[in-house]
Amino acid sequence: MNVAAAFFYLFAFVLVASAFMVISSRNPVQSVLFLILAFVNAAGLFILIGAEFLALILVVVYVGAVAVLFLFVVMMLDVDFVELRQGFLQYLPVGLVVGLIFLAELVLVVGAWVTGPGVASAVASAPPSAGDVGNVQAIGRVLYTDYIYFFQAAGFVLLVAMIGAIVLTLRHKVNVKRQNISAQVARTAKTAMDVVKVRPGQGL
Amino acid sequence: MNALLMDYLPVVIFIGVSLVIGLALLASPFIVAYQNPDPEKLSAYECGFNAFDDARMTFDARFYLVAILFIIFDLEVAFLFPWAITFGGLGDLGFWSMMTFLGVLTVGFIYEWRKGALEWD
Repeated sequence: MNVAAAFFYLFAFVLVASAFMVISSRNPVQSVLFLILAFVNAAGLFILIGAEFLALILVVVYVGAVAVLFLFVVMMLDVDFVELRQGFLQYLPVGLVVGLIFLAELVLVVGAWVTGPGVASAVASAPPSAGDVGNVQAIGRVLYTDYIYFFQAAGFVLLVAMIGAIVLTLRHKVNVKRQNISAQVARTAKTAMDVVKVRPGQGL
Repeated sequence: MNALLMDYLPVVIFIGVSLVIGLALLASPFIVAYQNPDPEKLSAYECGFNAFDDARMTFDARFYLVAILFIIFDLEVAFLFPWAITFGGLGDLGFWSMMTFLGVLTVGFIYEWRKGALEWD
């Protein structure tokens, strides 16, 4: 058997197995760790089909950042493991119904699949062939000029995500004493001290 | 086996070697170490008291904010890689397209700075 095919089956098997463990593991923290394993194996699959950039971005962004975010969310939730396990079988029929509906929708979508008229010629005239330029170059040549609107839209999506996260989660605690360095430095003997004349027999 | 995949051969060898070393370190204590198990050795103990609370405390939502801001700038850097590689052939449109993108995100950066999202009170 081909080495590449052997690695494909290895990655695919570990990916499916770890994806199964994500939903069947009892401890949510272990679920997140299995999710990281699934991400890494998906990156291996991307490399096998030649999509290097996607594979490395998957490792950098998903393994490095999104998984950490999931871990924080899991740690924030204060999950009671015993309580979670109760009622699992109770919800099984509902879950099966939802799954069947989703499967039927997928079958309908795939069944009604038609290839558009211009696709075949577009694929035939795809500019960078895999041999002469790398994957990252092929993306870079078209992303910033031909697909400029999508690129700018991505920038605005990131901006909205940033502002949304700040609006939703930023709560400043009241009664927190912060250091104001400029006020501290600007303080002189004149502003710090105040000479008050007190008349005898009277308080301040 | 094409040339692209051959580039990744060192990575595979590295992962294989680290897997062997990790598994050897994990498995060797079970084989060679002296074992005298006792349930008291695994029990929780806090300076003379029994454990008060669960060790798994909930996190502050502030960690989530820091992580999500990190992801956004991580993605921004991910967009910079193909741009930097193909910079010579992109021309003015490609340059200003990236500058606009960075400008939009700088607006967000100024917003989060002024809102105090980067401070940890």
